[in-house]
Amino acid sequence: MARLPLHWLGLVPFLLFVTLFLLAPTMYIVVGAFRTIDGTFTFDNVIGLNTASIRSAYWVSIKISLASASLGCLIGFCMAAAMTLGGLPKAIRGPLLTFSGVASNFAGVPLAFAFLATLGPIGLVTVFLKTSLGIDLRMLGFNILSFWGLTITYLFFQIPLMILIITPALDGLKREWREAAEILGATGPQYWRMVAFPILFPAILGTMALLFANSFGAVATAIALTGSSLNIVPILLFAQIRGDVLGDPHLGYALAFGMIVVTGIANTIYIVLRARSERWQK
Amino acid sequence: MKRLAAWAALAFGVLYFLLPLLGMTEFSLKMRRGVYSLDAYAKVLADPRFQETFSYSVIMAIFTILFGVLLVVPTAYWVRLKLPRARPYVEFLTLLPLVIPAIVVVFGYIRLYNTSSWLPLTGTATGTNILLMFGYATLSLPYMYRAVDTGLRTIDVTTLTEAAQSLGASWFTILGRLILPNVLVAVLSGAFVTLAIVIGEFTLAALLNRPAFGPYMQLLGANRAYEPAALAVIAFGITWACMGLIQLVARLAPKPAIPVKD
Repeated sequence: MARLPLHWLGLVPFLLFVTLFLLAPTMYIVVGAFRTIDGTFTFDNVIGLNTASIRSAYWVSIKISLASASLGCLIGFCMAAAMTLGGLPKAIRGPLLTFSGVASNFAGVPLAFAFLATLGPIGLVTVFLKTSLGIDLRMLGFNILSFWGLTITYLFFQIPLMILIITPALDGLKREWREAAEILGATGPQYWRMVAFPILFPAILGTMALLFANSFGAVATAIALTGSSLNIVPILLFAQIRGDVLGDPHLGYALAFGMIVVTGIANTIYIVLRARSERWQK
Repeated sequence: MKRLAAWAALAFGVLYFLLPLLGMTEFSLKMRRGVYSLDAYAKVLADPRFQETFSYSVIMAIFTILFGVLLVVPTAYWVRLKLPRARPYVEFLTLLPLVIPAIVVVFGYIRLYNTSSWLPLTGTATGTNILLMFGYATLSLPYMYRAVDTGLRTIDVTTLTEAAQSLGASWFTILGRLILPNVLVAVLSGAFVTLAIVIGEFTLAALLNRPAFGPYMQLLGANRAYEPAALAVIAFGITWACMGLIQLVARLAPKPAIPVKD
């Protein structure tokens, strides 16, 4: 029996599925982004993205993703560090990790409803601040249907994801490293600055890239929260697929292609940095 | 000092996560003026559209899970047994759905499988349902594959297979009666994640125009005040239930009988 060729047959169903329902549809969009309606090669679609409205959509999307990724990293890191290194009771760890698993999956339409009921015009917090403390969020310029509203909402799944990913890395900090640093005369901040942080840095930055891609592609939360009032890429693409608002299907391909490029870059950063950070976790 | 900072970080987190949950719960109870009541829930549960879309999504989730198990378990098993060198590549492919936004994939579906294409799946309701199921299977692929592959790591695939083969078992018997029961816990945890994903999913169902639970919630949110909050509470409960079941199965799992080789 010929050995090698037959073994590959076992992968055929899987490869067929991935090709038909993941790779081919994506390639179709990518190729379409560089084609005219007649099928000839062109850069016009991608160049056509360079209009004020599409530029601003990408810019707002990137800003929201950056803000929610960096805040998610910062807050998630603080909470994970408090849990693993801060001397909190051990009993907190299990429930916090379980809750993180739930909250990181609680995205989309219901999440938008929860925040509307909390920070919307007649939401719990808005009303409480107004009637009890006399603080009118609206007068202060806060609106849930805005950059900050969307960022605060996205944090609900970003922070737990950060906690879930960074906790193993924090657990991997060996006590010997700290002891060695202390014997050599390092202070607490020095240990963090010169030993722990450089070790954790790839993991943190890598997770940030993942969180960035995570919020950049989020469609459902944004649509349920803002309808179509906020001009961001996922909402624009959704409207384009629904009703061809750009008047040219190939411009839609280019828009989708732009999304793949942005999330692709973010994920490449994640994969490269993750491989780096795992060197320390043996 | 350090402990104080730790408690402060935790308190901030608890406040941030509790307030929206409190907000949606409180809001969902406020439908009747002046008193708390379950009116919004009664309204939602009695809505025939709720029942239709919810059962549609549950059925889609079940089919997605069945298809996912049939696809992933043999593949992950085969890769571990015969093609260990292909593992990084297969793993990379299974992670791609996290890289390519779902909206892009479904855009491709609509263009590739429309009525004038070689495989006109979107031409009929059944065809679109199948396409949607494949879409859901794609979305859950990273979680399903991870879960099953981790499960396979805890058993000695080669020895088990050789033992079964020397007793005359067919490939079908090996997969169905030996491998699957051994990784059942892993399969179940992948299944519950899939369930949580499919039930709340919006983008795919909305763009393929199927009457699923996600688009129904969005529609209700655009038109009603209190019912959406009730729906959010229900959806959060479902997510909790799915994650709770994962933990439960993991705890009930029998310890592997054969020593781990890996």
